[in-house]
Amino acid sequence: MFTTPLYHFGKYCLMLKSTFSLPENRGMYWRETLRQMVSMGIGSLGIVIVISFFLGAVTTVQTAYQLVSPIVPLYVVAEIVRDSSILELSVTVICLVLAGKIGSNLASELGTMRISEQIDALEIMGVNSKAYLILPKILGALIAIPALVVTSCFITILGGYTITFFGGVLTPEQFIYGLHDKFVPFNVTFSLIKAFTFGFVISSISCYCGYYTDGGAFEIGNSSTNAVVWSCIFILAFDFLLAKIILSV
Amino acid sequence: MIEIKNIKKRFGANEVLKGISAKFEAGKTNLIIGTSGSGKTVTIKCMVGLYEVDSGEILYDGRNFSTMTLAERKVIRKEIGMLFQGGALFDSLNIEQNVMFPLNMFSTMTKKEKTDRVNFCLDRVNLSGKNKLSPSEISGGMKKRVGIARAIVMNPKYLFCDEPNSGLDPQTSLVVDQLIKEITQEFQITTIINTHDMNSVLEIGDHVVFLWKGLKDWEGSGREVLTATNPELNEFIFASKFLKEIKNRTF
Repeated sequence: MFTTPLYHFGKYCLMLKSTFSLPENRGMYWRETLRQMVSMGIGSLGIVIVISFFLGAVTTVQTAYQLVSPIVPLYVVAEIVRDSSILELSVTVICLVLAGKIGSNLASELGTMRISEQIDALEIMGVNSKAYLILPKILGALIAIPALVVTSCFITILGGYTITFFGGVLTPEQFIYGLHDKFVPFNVTFSLIKAFTFGFVISSISCYCGYYTDGGAFEIGNSSTNAVVWSCIFILAFDFLLAKIILSV
Repeated sequence: MIEIKNIKKRFGANEVLKGISAKFEAGKTNLIIGTSGSGKTVTIKCMVGLYEVDSGEILYDGRNFSTMTLAERKVIRKEIGMLFQGGALFDSLNIEQNVMFPLNMFSTMTKKEKTDRVNFCLDRVNLSGKNKLSPSEISGGMKKRVGIARAIVMNPKYLFCDEPNSGLDPQTSLVVDQLIKEITQEFQITTIINTHDMNSVLEIGDHVVFLWKGLKDWEGSGREVLTATNPELNEFIFASKFLKEIKNRTF
């Protein structure tokens, strides 16, 4: 019962060990890292903007709906939108979305390379295929995903702010006041720590699932599904762990 | 020269290679033939190190590949070119970038020297001027030829071809076969080809090894397969009723 998870954990650690080894040609790795950053960052920008905007708008409306009390000032709605977007919505929710988009993409790309013998071709040339294929993807994710999370934070708050012009929930002035009130800068640091962690989780788990694909088209589909499912599970697990370790102090 | 000595390979309970020994000389096209499941692909993958042998030795000009460390193997791997069944071209790169990939990774050539070398190799496989096409824009036969160009770009001492004719029409197969033979003789490469194709055996088989159920069952030249008395080889070569009739009439 416990041997399969241990087997995969061991194999995952060995993969990471090979991945973080000295590259044969730094220029080639750097170009590949840039390509991955563009593919992940620019490629996911559209969906992140759309989701973040509506997350902000919906959170604003629903928070105002729940805070019907004469003793709670309306600008508190903006405080809640700000903190929930920085601490959770723009990090965890967006990373769950990115696990679906980027994770499945990485797993299917590597899976296809595996079954079409492209990975074997790299190995026979004497290239460390794990380092060449996986390292740029992890580095790309470590840069692109936190950047997307920061973008998402701004867009989520912008979504909430925009709704104040149309919804009649609270005034734009109240929203701006609430955004500045009781702002804790450490929340941004915590959000970035989570973004880096989730970036690593998404890229490394998805690459693991894709790199060790064995079979054909059906198995590539399975690898993509596994990449998304396991990335989501570990994102939620690390979300809890980081909150417990860092915020409970 | 490549020599394999009594190599064995098992996957779980299934012993695929049961002790194969053979010598493959430089400047000759060495063919490994056999029915599906006889161990041809596993033999080649063991020889290039994609699979580890359970026992036995693989010697590259006397250098024992099976006992080498990963770092030592990297040196040999830079002397190996391999043509895969489907070409195994990198989808994200165009033809020129695919052929240039090993040079970019390992050589210290200038950009112009690399481009000249790539153009020379593409010209050698009759693909001049196709540099900027992507793998999805070319035919199966062209992919094989790009695969050959990529395999020879680093001036390999050893060339492995896994079913170079699969999925090709007879005419294109002949073109690919002749190309491999010419390159082998021109650059004195030790070439090992894993094939089912009888045209290849007869056209370019300088040395043929027939595998049967994980063992070497017969060895000889391409022409000798027609007159061999080995029953398994005859069953493989003259599989159809038509060919059996021709054999009975001719020999």
